[in-house]
Formats: sequence, C-alpha cells, structure tokens
Amino acid sequence: MRRTAFAESVLPPIVALGIILVAGDLLILAYGEAPGAVWRTLAEGTWGNAYGIGQVLYKATTLTCTGLAVAIGLRAGLFNIGAESQLAAGGFGAALVGMALPASTPWIFAVAGCVAAAAIAGAGAGAVPGVLRAKFGAHEVIVTIMMNFIVLALLNYIVAARLHVPETLHTPTIQAGALPRLSSAFAAFHGSAANWSLLIVLAIVAGAWWYLFRTRAGFELRAVGLQPGAAEYGGVDLPRTLVRALTVSGALAGLGGINFVLGYKGYYEDGFAGGAGFLGIAVALVGRNHPVGVLVAALFFATLSQGGLAINAMVPKQMVEVLQGVVILAVAASVPEVRRTVRQAAGRRIGKTDPTPPGNAGAATTPGSVG
Amino acid sequence: MTAPARTPVPAVRMTGIVKRFGAVLANRDAGIEVAQGEIHALVGENGAGKSTLMKILSGMQPADAGRVEVGGRDVTGWTTAQAIAAGVGMVHQHFMLVPTLTVAENVVLGREPVSVGTFDRARAVRDVEELSKQSGLVVHPERLVADLSVGEAQRVEILKTLYRGARILLLDEPTAVLSPPEVAELWGVLRRVRVAGTTIVLITHKLDEVMNVTERITVMRHGETVARMATSETTPEGIARAMVGRDVRLGGGAPASAGAAAAKPAGEGLAVHNLMVRGARVEKAVNDISFSIAPGEILGIAGVEGNGQTELLEAMAGLRPVTAGSIAIGGRDVTGASVRARGDAGLSHIPEDRHNRGLILEYSVADNLILGLQHRYVKGASLDRAAIEANAAKQIAEFDIRPANPSLAVRALSGGNQQKVVIARELSRDFAALIAAQPTRGVDVGAIEFIHDALRRARDAGKAILLVSAELREVLDLSDRVAVMYGGRLVVTLPRSGANEDVLGPYMTGARREVA
Amino acid sequence: MRRILILLGVLLAAHVALSLAHPGGAVAKPGADGVNVGIVFDLGGRGDKSFNDGAYDGAERAERELGAHVRFVEPGEGSDREAGLRLLAAEGMNLVIGVGFIFTDDLTQLAGEYPNVAFAGVDYAVAVDPAGNAIQPPKNLAALKFREEQGSFLVGALAALVGNSRKVGFIGGMDSPLIHKFEAGYAAGVKAVCPDCQVIAQYAGVTPEAFRNPGRGKELALSQYQQGVNVIYHASGSTGLGVFEAARTMNKLAIGVDADQYNEAPGYVLTSMVKRVDNAVFDVIARVKEHRFTGGIYEFGLAEDGVGYVYDEHNKAMIPDSVRARIEQLKAEIIAGRIKVPSAR
Repeated sequence: MRRTAFAESVLPPIVALGIILVAGDLLILAYGEAPGAVWRTLAEGTWGNAYGIGQVLYKATTLTCTGLAVAIGLRAGLFNIGAESQLAAGGFGAALVGMALPASTPWIFAVAGCVAAAAIAGAGAGAVPGVLRAKFGAHEVIVTIMMNFIVLALLNYIVAARLHVPETLHTPTIQAGALPRLSSAFAAFHGSAANWSLLIVLAIVAGAWWYLFRTRAGFELRAVGLQPGAAEYGGVDLPRTLVRALTVSGALAGLGGINFVLGYKGYYEDGFAGGAGFLGIAVALVGRNHPVGVLVAALFFATLSQGGLAINAMVPKQMVEVLQGVVILAVAASVPEVRRTVRQAAGRRIGKTDPTPPGNAGAATTPGSVG
Repeated sequence: MTAPARTPVPAVRMTGIVKRFGAVLANRDAGIEVAQGEIHALVGENGAGKSTLMKILSGMQPADAGRVEVGGRDVTGWTTAQAIAAGVGMVHQHFMLVPTLTVAENVVLGREPVSVGTFDRARAVRDVEELSKQSGLVVHPERLVADLSVGEAQRVEILKTLYRGARILLLDEPTAVLSPPEVAELWGVLRRVRVAGTTIVLITHKLDEVMNVTERITVMRHGETVARMATSETTPEGIARAMVGRDVRLGGGAPASAGAAAAKPAGEGLAVHNLMVRGARVEKAVNDISFSIAPGEILGIAGVEGNGQTELLEAMAGLRPVTAGSIAIGGRDVTGASVRARGDAGLSHIPEDRHNRGLILEYSVADNLILGLQHRYVKGASLDRAAIEANAAKQIAEFDIRPANPSLAVRALSGGNQQKVVIARELSRDFAALIAAQPTRGVDVGAIEFIHDALRRARDAGKAILLVSAELREVLDLSDRVAVMYGGRLVVTLPRSGANEDVLGPYMTGARREVA
Repeated sequence: MRRILILLGVLLAAHVALSLAHPGGAVAKPGADGVNVGIVFDLGGRGDKSFNDGAYDGAERAERELGAHVRFVEPGEGSDREAGLRLLAAEGMNLVIGVGFIFTDDLTQLAGEYPNVAFAGVDYAVAVDPAGNAIQPPKNLAALKFREEQGSFLVGALAALVGNSRKVGFIGGMDSPLIHKFEAGYAAGVKAVCPDCQVIAQYAGVTPEAFRNPGRGKELALSQYQQGVNVIYHASGSTGLGVFEAARTMNKLAIGVDADQYNEAPGYVLTSMVKRVDNAVFDVIARVKEHRFTGGIYEFGLAEDGVGYVYDEHNKAMIPDSVRARIEQLKAEIIAGRIKVPSAR
C-alpha cells in the first residue's frame, strides 16, 4: 500500500520534472545555446535573489487563485474555463470600490471592502454559468467560454469609454484599499511586484482546504463531482450544489484580481489577467485539485514564467510556453487521478440528464473486481 | 478427484497461473483441468479470480507465470485471435452485440459468408437457422438484436461463439439476467451442445446451478484454486465451505418468523397508491402500482430486471419524479418531498446499485457511513469529525466491516464489505420503513448470510420493508408476502406460503398475469 | 514501479549529458565597450512583421552601423513589462526602450529609479494636466511619438484613387483611440480626393487580443471585399496577416501598416503606411552613443520622415504617375500645414 502511494504521489511529479529538463535541454540545444548556462540563468533570475523570488511570489499569487478556482470546479465535476474573465471582473470590482471609497477610509475597512468586491464580482461572473447549468443544463464549458468574451468586452468597454485615464488602458488609481509591497517591510524585495496580498491568498488556500474537506458544503460538493448519482441519493441538492460550486470558483478567481489591483499597480488595467486564468487550468491539473498542490503548482508555473523572462535574451519565450505544455502533458499522462479528472470533466454530464444506467448496471460491473 | 477423465488428454489444463494487477494478486497458483465434453463449474466469491483465469484462457490477458494447455498443446501466452481459431470462445456477462443489426448479421460478424465478393445475406440466414436448430438455441435470424429480450440476446451471444467454431465454451455468469424459465431453457441448450462434443466451463457463484448442471467443480478463493470435486460427491454446503473457508448456513432458516407475524402491529409502514412513473425510455415504467406494507412485514418483489423495479425504487426514494399517485411513510405523505426530507421522515434505502448510488467509492469508510446523514454531523460551520469517527468505529465493529480501517477508501473494500457499509448506514439510522434493493447483489456467500440476518432483525424490530431482488431465492427466503413485477405492474401478490418458483415463474415471464 | 525508476534514471542521465553541451554560437555577455541597449517588446511580441519588428530593425541597424550591443526581452504577461525593463536597467544598459504605449507608466517609474540610465518609449503616452498642457516626461526619458494620421491620410487618398470603387475598407485591431487616429486620417484622405466615397471601417475586437487574431482579420476582410471594397487598409498588428491572406484569395489589394509589409503578399500589397519605428529607435540609440540624449517629446511626422508610405520597385506598377504626383502634392500641403489632418474620429 505504502509503495503504491509513493509511486502514485511522489514519482509522477519527479518524472514530469525530468521530462521537462530533458525537453528543455533539447530545445535549448536546438536554439544553439548551452543548456547548463541557460538553466543557471533561469535559476539565478528566479530563486537566486530577493527580487526574483519576489517576482515568482507575485506571479504565483494570482495563479494560486485561478488554480483554486479551476480546482474547486473540477472537484464538483465542472470545468470552469472562465477564470480569465472572473479574474478580470474581480480586479475591476476591487478597483471600483477602491476608487469610490474616500482616501480617509480606515485601512482595514478599505482593504476588506476591496477584497470583498473582488470576490463578489468574480462570484457573479461564475454564478451565471452555474445557474444556466443548473436550470437549463447548458454546458458550463461553453457558457464559461462565452462569459469570457462577454465579461472582457464589457469591462473593456467600461474602461475604454468611461473610466480610463487618457492615452492608457487603465482606470484612475484607487484612493483606498492599496496593499503595501513586500519591499516596504523587506528592502531586499525592492522593485518586485510582490505584495501583502500573498498573505491574503495564503489564507484563501487554507480556507479552500477547510471548505473542501471540513465542511458539509465541501463534502457534498466533492460527492457531486465524484458520483452525482450517489450524491443525489445522499440527499444532496444537485442544482444548488452546481451553482454554489461555480459561484465559489468564480469568487476565488476574482480574488486573484487583488494582487494586481490592490498590491501592484493600484488601478485596473485592461488585459491585466494576461492568461493567468487559463494557466489556472494547468495549475489545477498539476496541483491535482488539492489546495496545497495548487499552491505548489502555482509556484512552479510562476518560476517557469519569471525564469522565461530571465533567459529571454538567450532563447525565445516560446520555449517556456512549450515547456508549460510539456508539463501538462507529462503530468496528465503520469497521474491517474488527473486522467480521471479530465475524463470526468469531459465525459460525465450531470444535472438535467437522466442518471439511470441502462439495463443491468449491477454488481456485474464491479470496477475494482478481478474475479 | 475421483471423477474419471473421459479422455486421457484434458480439453483444458491450466497450472500454476499467477496474474498481478498492480498491487493486487488476482491469481496465484491457480489452475483448472476440464475434461473433453464435460460441463465444468468454476466457482468462487466475487474477486476470487475466476474471471481473470478465464480471460487468460481466452487470450485476453497474458499470465505472469504458469502454463496453459488446450487439447494437450502448450498455448501459454496466446492471443484472442489464436484462441478463437483454436475453438475457445467466451460468452461475456455483458453482451457484445450490435443492436442495429439482425441476429444473423451479428452472428456472422467478422466471418461473413461471401459470394462473388459481396456479403451473402441469404447464406448467413441459412447458416444461422441451421446452427440454431442443431443447438436448440431458438432465435429468429432476421430479427433486430435491439428488439430481443435479454434471454434471446444471450442465445445470440452463444450462437455467435458456436458459429466461430468454438469447441470450448466459457460462460461468465450466464444466468445473472435471466428469468427462471429462461434459465431452464439455457440448461437444456448447454446439455445439447455438450452432447455434440463441446466442452463447457460455467463461471458462477450460484450453487443451485452448480448442483443442477455441472459434472465437476473447481473452487477458487483469494486467487487460488482451493478445491476440485465431482458434483455428485458434494453438497452445496461443501462447496460453500470451500468458497468461503468456513461453515456457512445456506438459504432461508425460518422463512417468515411466525412470532413476528403474530405480533404484527397494525398500521401502515410504507405505502404507495396508484403510482405512475415515467422511465428513461418508457412512458409508463411504473404503471398504476399500489401496495401497503405493515410495520414488521417484508414485501418481496420478484421479477426479471428492467420491468420497472428501478423506476419504482427511485420514485419511492425521491430520486425520480412521480407522474401520478402518492407515496406515504408511516401514514405521512411524502410524494413531493426531497430525498433528505424522506430520510428525516423515516425512510431508509439500500439502493440497487451501490457503485453509482449507494457509495462514493473515493470517500473513506467513515465518510460513506454518514452519506445522506451529513446534515446531522455538523458542528458550527464544519463537519463534526469526532462524531463521524465515533460513528464509524461503532458501525465497523457492529457490522464487522473489514478491513476495520475507517479512513480507507471504500473502493479498496471487497464487494461484500462495501455492501456492509451501505447496510450498516441504512440500518443504523433512525427509520420506520426500509427499501432494500438487490441487497446481496455481487456479495459473497458469507456476507449474504449476514445481510439476510440483518434484514430479518429489522423486520422483527417492527420496520416495514420493501425487498426488491432479481434473485427469486432471496425473495422467497425473506418475504412475508411476495409480489411479481412485470411490465411496470404488480401482476400477482401472494402470501409466502403460496409462493414458490413454479408458481411465480410464469408471472415473471409475462405468461400469466392477474390483477394484483 | 521499477520501470518508472529506470525511466527516471534515463532522464537524469540524459539531462546531465545534455547540460554539459556547449554549442559554439552561444550568446556572449554584453560588452563593456560601445553602447548597450535593451529593448522590451510589447505583448504582441517580436515577429508581428509590423510594429515590434520595426523597432527590431532599427536596433539591428544600430548594431551594424553604431556598434551597439542590443538585448531583447519579450514579456509573457502584463507584469513582465516592468520586470523586463527593470532586468535590463539593473544590468547596466545605457539605454532601455519600451515598445508600445502600454509601457508608459512603467517607464516613468523606472526613469525615476534609475536616473543614470536613458529610457525611451515608443508611442509613449504623454499625460496632460487639467489645463490641457502636456506634462513633460522625466529628463532621462524620451517619448517617441508618431503622427500616424498623416501617413494614414496619404494611403487613404491612394486607396481612393487606385481602388476604382466607391467603397474603401479599413480594418483596425483593438477598438481604441490609438487606432481611431489611423482611421480618422485615412478617412480624411479618402474624402480629400473622393468626397462621396464610403469608408467601411471595422475592428477586430475590443481587447488587446484583437491585435493577434489573423483569423478574425481574414474574416472581416473577406466580407469587405465581397461588399465591393477593392482596397483595405489595416492597422491591426498580426491580425493584418489575415487581411493579406484574404486579399490574395480574392485577388484584391491591401495596405500594410507600421513596416513595409509587401512581402506578406507580393502583388497584393498596394503600399504600406510605414511608421518608421526603426528610424526613431535608431535615432535615439545614436543620440545616446553620441552623448546628445535628452528627455522630452519627440514627434515623428511626414516632415521628420517618421511616417510615410512605401513607393518602390515592387509597387510602382500599381500606382500611376499621375496618382503618385497627386499624393506627393498632398504630402507637401500637409508638411506646409495647409492641410490639417484630424487625429480623432
């Protein structure tokens, strides 16, 4: 049993890492550079100094939120592709409240207000596909993709037409709710975008873990994701749970917006999400839909991203993008749980469909049985 | 081992077979020897390694070690194609037929008769008719497979195997989906086929079948071959002992406890009135059913699967909407109530499909033991883990769930222990009425005894119990009254004393009906 | 389990072996002599065969002619812009250039933090005070601005004169004031030579993604050509690659933007409204090299050869001499200030 657990949980990431290194070596060589030197530069530019660490932490902060968002969705058997727009909506919500509150608002209330606004805005963007799914059986993948277009276009319109500072794509700076950078406490982080929202996000990770594994809502949410039929049998209200899962998922993605808006720039800028929502899917898969795994995966992808910048003078940034793809493939291929998740998300439809299996789906189909 | 082999060279001889799936040892030193032209039973509990052994024989999986001989020839490690060519054919539990093709087309699929480069349909029909006559497997060759009953579909499967020239026929639990007359017919066919020289291996865990039709028996337990015996020299108890490794009490005991019947409290435990339910494909899957079960009574519903039992059970449990009619628990109407509200009103439910309904396989034993009761295990904003653990410890001890590890995922348990988790949960909650659907399906002999006792105890404690089972024996063993469901209706309801297999059989096939 | 461990061993061995490889052409560190320049591209990135590549060409020319050492950085996401600038500034570059108006805030901030490094922003957005006066950028920061409306005016006139249709097309990338400037100049140019011509103007989208969507570009262009448009001017980054593709398919004409895009579809590119980002970049590198760099606003219009249209051996045949003369006349009038080109719709 112990051998199996080891082989299933520890080895796959190590193998995936090995595949990434070798694939990276080959790509670097193909580009005519020395792999050793490139990897060294990558390491120095990320974990080699306080600035690099700060940048990694900054990027990981957003990715953790979008990763958690996707992970919570997948735990409920729902594939939320909308984290990108939920993240943008959250950032926008935080910026709006930050702009509306007077500068004299006590700091703690201002931050709480902005953070709540981020969560609510993201939750709103997530609730729509949830309700459409629960009420009409509309496929959440399609709805969340459509929501990306709608929400991003709407935000773009609002910013471009109503709120932007001339000749820019961003809103005015918030007056209240800004979070200080790490460099305000540790001078070594000077220049890096890392800020105290990472503490808030660490608390969110803990909260997500508690929600998933310690509350009745989480118990029911995971049940719906694993076996909707059994959850229904267990008295779980499927439609309500689906709506709740996507709403919570949206709120988590929205919370990622505070990192940029409250912690980094102090304003909402069109396009700030920059793919972090989509990368959240990879983070969730690699993190195996576990909050702690998501945190680790977010740090890993953030390292790749920041490292890609550091080695950008040597190899084109597409190399890092290829490596991201390799990570996802390697993990998807090596972790049975991920394969199952993907299959479930792709194949199992719940909600409006008839859960009755045809004919004799009895003991004869014992999955684990070898008799 | 006293039964003499009819020919010196056995049809099949497998020795020292080892097969590993990851950490699971499915076969270890397993073996079987089948003489030419005999009907041989391969028995064992679920998970004993029977199917694995037969899959190795039919070339679907390679063995990790050991030797496979067919007709004296070493064929270890052969492929399915080679196995078919050598005349080894397997009839699976799950039919592998194309529903949109005719019987004849299905039978010849892959070996179509050809004339002038095109498919010779007329010859296919002729061939199949001929084969059908020889073997006694009667199916009209030009009917669509989609229109066939389960029993007929199975005949087509066997025909298909024979058409490919099978001399050794492997049948995996062939009676699981058949009604008693269909079972009787199948035995007739197998005997005829055997007379024609075909060797038959029957994988089963039903001991009456073994006693009825086979000549010799190989018993497997935990992946190992533990006994070989001649049917004529053993008893069901002897076989069961070999399967389980200890003494097992088989069958009824006291059919319906006379004492309980006498002390039956008055009133309505569980009742439905004029219930109509729509199915996935059928408009009236449940067609105007009414019955009432008194506290301390078990009403058993027998019938071939697919006659509306599933829809009836789901409607009663709140998992499927009702078109018309009403459902009441203890006299209280719950027709429109949610699953949870029904549970709180005193309904307990052992679902027919524990893998899709009754258990969350990835969840721990402890978590599964509160499924449906999670709202009662809340402390503040979170689940009360301490209470959940305490409940698990109690149930595991009381119902002897093994291994006794509350944090183990239920997936890792054997079928019998999985079902014990369901039973433990449903029988230990506070309930007045119980729906028990296929309570012992896929459960090994030892656990069946335990589950039946538990149901009787519940009955004696004054619970109203609806038992639905495809196993007629089980219905007869446990019920105070027996009903038969056919085509969405209860076609007959009899007191236990008036029911037996011969009486019920015609109702189960729809040959007889009377307004219940 | 054992197989996984073997796989792991093989991977590690391969990695160690490959890491030791050191091919000949590996990049050397920037030299101490000469001028060291760092350029951060916009998110659209290098290879847009347009705007960012213009900056690249200017830098390359500076490497050749001025002996400059240039390092390039392509950001992967928003926060990488600042990180890229900072990386280069911290490495001791003499000049750091951000390509795109979106770098404005980051450049302003870093110019304050690194007073000894010269910064330049292509399309730097100059802020205005409440009275409407431009706020000058910091002393070590050059704002490189282009008067795209002037160049667009000329290609608009050309499209109307050569197009032989009452309809002319315009396809913008992201629907934003920056691109409206192109549309406004273009429409004015069309009307100047053909008052009753109709300009069909469409945008690929409302997000920055609209600059990276060739499929959408092709779709829009095909529909415009089918409506009777014979010439389409695009100002849409790599989305324009789809416009050229459509021109080739329909055997119609397209006008490129930012750089000379003739090679995207030889024979189907009437001309390109070139924004001489290369000239601007080269110019600012030369100033740093020659120690005559100062911060401030640099405007590049027709007069400064900062914008213009392509007329060379490739497209000569498509443009009659009379048309060419008319365009040159319009150009002279703009330079002389007799024609005021609008910069907003």
